Amino acid sequence: MTRPPHLAPPLDLAGLVADPATRIVVCCGSGGVGKTTTSAALALAAAEAGRHVVVLTIDPARRLAQSLGLQELDNEPRLVETPGVAGSLHAMMLDMKRTFDDVVAAHSTPDRAEQIFANPFYQALSSSFAGTQEYMAMEKLGQLRATDRWDLIVVDTPPSRSALDFLDAPNRLSRFLDGTMIRLLTAPARAGGRAGVRLVGAGFMIFSRIISKVLGGQLLADISTFITALDTMFGGFRERATATYELLRQPGTSFLVVASPEPDALREASYFVDRLSTEGMPLAGLVLNRTHPPATTSLSATRADAAAEAVAEAGGPGAKLAAGALRVHAERMTQATREQRLADRFTSAHPGVPIRTVPATGGDIHDIDGLRIMGEALMAEETATGTGTPRSRVLPARPPAA
Amino acid sequence: MSVASPTGEPSAPRLHVVTGKGGTGKTTVAAALALALAADGGHVLLVETEGRQGIAQLFDTPPLPYEERRVAVARGGGEVKALAIDVEAAFLEYLDMFYNLKRAGRALRKMGAVDFATAIAPGLRDVLLTGKIKEAVTRRAGGRPVYDAVVVDAPPTGRITRFLNVTNEVAGLARSGPIKSQSDGVMAVLRSPRTAVHLVTLLEDMPVQETADAIEELTAAGLPVGSVIVNMATEPLLPAASLGRAAEGRITGKDLLPALTAAGVHGGPELADALAAEAVEHARRWSSQDALREQVAALHRPTVELPLTVGPMDVGCLFDLSERLETHLRDEVAA
Repeated sequence: MTRPPHLAPPLDLAGLVADPATRIVVCCGSGGVGKTTTSAALALAAAEAGRHVVVLTIDPARRLAQSLGLQELDNEPRLVETPGVAGSLHAMMLDMKRTFDDVVAAHSTPDRAEQIFANPFYQALSSSFAGTQEYMAMEKLGQLRATDRWDLIVVDTPPSRSALDFLDAPNRLSRFLDGTMIRLLTAPARAGGRAGVRLVGAGFMIFSRIISKVLGGQLLADISTFITALDTMFGGFRERATATYELLRQPGTSFLVVASPEPDALREASYFVDRLSTEGMPLAGLVLNRTHPPATTSLSATRADAAAEAVAEAGGPGAKLAAGALRVHAERMTQATREQRLADRFTSAHPGVPIRTVPATGGDIHDIDGLRIMGEALMAEETATGTGTPRSRVLPARPPAA
Repeated sequence: MSVASPTGEPSAPRLHVVTGKGGTGKTTVAAALALALAADGGHVLLVETEGRQGIAQLFDTPPLPYEERRVAVARGGGEVKALAIDVEAAFLEYLDMFYNLKRAGRALRKMGAVDFATAIAPGLRDVLLTGKIKEAVTRRAGGRPVYDAVVVDAPPTGRITRFLNVTNEVAGLARSGPIKSQSDGVMAVLRSPRTAVHLVTLLEDMPVQETADAIEELTAAGLPVGSVIVNMATEPLLPAASLGRAAEGRITGKDLLPALTAAGVHGGPELADALAAEAVEHARRWSSQDALREQVAALHRPTVELPLTVGPMDVGCLFDLSERLETHLRDEVAA
């Protein structure tokens, strides 16, 4: 069976998480699209399907964290109480500083680790450097995978404007720490004095002078000490970042892109999909979150508005309410049409990418029941909707003209 | 040089910092606020800090360079200029100002050293941004301020206190020297009553919660909190008398069917049931939004609501929104 080119293939998440070969699912997307909730709902659904799952969340809303039993931020997976679930669900919240500390501790002597922890540059780097969160999320993923304690790891990615940050930031961080600039800057100290000076030009001397002036000489000294300490610990950050990055290319890893039906979010999703295909990383599909499918599509927005007028004019008992309900429907159809148009635009650019839509619920999801409802929307059969609209769409596809 | 206020309105803030959770529309609100302040002849600078060219998109102009450009004219000779602060350019400007290093700066840019400096000292970025904002607020020509007001499209609520609390940020970075004195000067402006930090929220749980958190943090840091701006507020489409019943799920197809049939709307009970289901969802959504109004009121800040704009945002919509803000600003000054 071949599908018309403008229809997105359905996304079979139930099949994906039930497949024992699936070991890691990474949920990506720009900030504010519901990545954390999607990850948690998917993890819960997989546990219900009998798998032993851990979900690594980055920055869950307070109430969701509480309902997952994550009030303590201890950087360790905690068992989530889910009575009646065939498998098991663990959840954890990433503590990036702690994860960084663990990396340092694991690769050095206690004395040396203490020295690094006390370094002001390390403190800044491990708590506020742009990219550290992404890098540490990958690091933690590597650790979880290495224990082989779970048969499925679901990863939420840090909130950032760009979904690509998750892939780029670790390299950026390692390039920065291994970079020429930092080597030069710290060269005199590491080479024990004047030896490094020969290597650099006049431009660099100016730079070094300015940096000392603007940022203070102490910062340079701190950086220098830190880099030297790192060097003796392991052969540099770059190799380590590369190794972690390779994990994402291993068979068994799938990416799930999450977007809301908004132009910005779908544009980010689009960039990300392109990037995954360049990197040869496997994309499971797109979750289009918080859509507004109407309860009926038998009445278009225009006809509903006209009907609202006719009902109001005819008057009689219940006319105001019925006219109001028709206006609600007209608004809903307009919104759904807009959402479907955005989804179609995504599909024409990426025809092969499977889609699953998840209707918006009344409020924020902040408990296990809410996650379960979302999990159903993620896992249910493509055609199992009350309205006949398949789950890969917001509105039914218009039948091709005969 | 005289420091007397030429506007004759000494208590009105001149620096308006607009923040909000991502997705609440803070850029739109900042732009509308700039237009509101420019009405009746005001000269306003609208500043972008996050380098995403949102202002250019809103005003339908080419991407903004690091230069103050006029983007809109308001009635009575008012105008809005916009500036997208480029951190690199601001750094070079800074080096030139304090160290007279314009030419060395160019060499540094070639080496990628500027990126490097802002990367190893994350606080430096914010100091440069807020430093530029302070410069615009305090810039004078011919004995009066160049701008009657400066509006900043600032980083989101989660980062706003750190962004504005520059002294704190650079404390670990520089204990003395020009960076330190610069940040002290910036802090003096930001903490004065001439500054107001406005928070944009939606009637949704998370944004309201983040707004409450941000107000607490800003207050603790001694930064003046201005208004809470509720964006994208909607009106219920159902008659007020039926809203409560609908929200409780007590409206069914049977309640709608007679009126639909009487007006000749085809579709029968099936359509009526679907319409009832949508009406119930609409009422529930609206009432949960309405319930959040109480939480917003409990923040005890001056509050203004802006309606949801249907369709794409354009300059016409901005002027509509700015009128609402103008009324709000007038009421604030009168109060």
